[in-house]
Amino acid sequence: MLNALTLLVFCQFAGEITARAASLPLPGPVLGLVFLLAGLLLRARLGYGGPSPALKSTSQGLLGHLGLLFVPAGVGVVTQFDVIGANWLPIAVSITVSTVLGLLTTGWVMQRLAGPDDEAR
Amino acid sequence: MENLFHLWVYLETTPLLGLAATLLVYRLATEISRLAGGHALANPVLIAIAILAGLLWATGTPYRAYFQGAQYIHFLLGPATVALALPMYANLARIRRAARAILPAILAGSLVAVVSAMLIARLLGAPREVVLTLAPKSVTTPIAMGIAEQIGGQPSLAAIFVLLTGLTASIVAGPLLKFAGVRDWRAQGLAAGTAGHGIATARMLLLSETAGAFGGLAIGLNGVITAILVPLLAGILAGP
Repeated sequence: MLNALTLLVFCQFAGEITARAASLPLPGPVLGLVFLLAGLLLRARLGYGGPSPALKSTSQGLLGHLGLLFVPAGVGVVTQFDVIGANWLPIAVSITVSTVLGLLTTGWVMQRLAGPDDEAR
Repeated sequence: MENLFHLWVYLETTPLLGLAATLLVYRLATEISRLAGGHALANPVLIAIAILAGLLWATGTPYRAYFQGAQYIHFLLGPATVALALPMYANLARIRRAARAILPAILAGSLVAVVSAMLIARLLGAPREVVLTLAPKSVTTPIAMGIAEQIGGQPSLAAIFVLLTGLTASIVAGPLLKFAGVRDWRAQGLAAGTAGHGIATARMLLLSETAGAFGGLAIGLNGVITAILVPLLAGILAGP
């Protein structure tokens, strides 16, 4: 748990530093994700097998309650009531329509191009 | 009464209150959602935000005081984003086999969502700042906030748009994709992750582990794609 959390935070830290140092347009955590994935692949290549059970369970703990992590930022809606109130119609239509279009586009393209799923259950 | 007042004054100055309230209310919200039979509209995130916003309003607590405690939970979004590497690693073989479909699918969905969101808002008369802030709304919160700041939008408003987008996607994705004939779990997961990041993916994960893995992949890849795409498109689409 401690090692796993350290590794996750370290990857984020390394991502943040790299993104800033190289002025990449990528957010630090995304670069951290890439670093961790590269590390996991390297580990498997070197014959140490897959991710440790501790890393797996810590990650599952974080990802299993992903919704909770969005709550503090979401409560920030109280500071934006006037902006949202003044523009509620464009915001509501924009979010609803673009989300529907985005879902359909990705779903259709993926199903069309991916071919049959040989591991489908 | 006097004592209660002193207690309140003390609690208001510690981060403990915001932290405890967030955890307790979220726990309560998951229970309400469970009682509602996991109905898509009874989303625990939405319920928790509504209750907490109501509490802040009722007690006259400024958001900044609440966030002093809640920031410890907010901070975990970073490590959680990094942790998305694990579901991606676990499904790597499968992802490789579908690689030629995945990138075009995410790119197309991302482009359609960004362009339509900005154009619709602009046509309906939203101010430039709101139009810009809508651009990164399909990606996960920390990424969207970073992009919004970079292109001249409002990071805190971006967080709200991200949330509304995720909730919309998690409510409509299942029925909409089924209606459109998209039955492949990989395609459903990828669509949910691309259009509705973690919130829609969490919902998909309840229906199929495959959909969840492809959703996780889409959150990561779309985060990267959007971070590159939006700064390039923002200036053109937001108008003068």
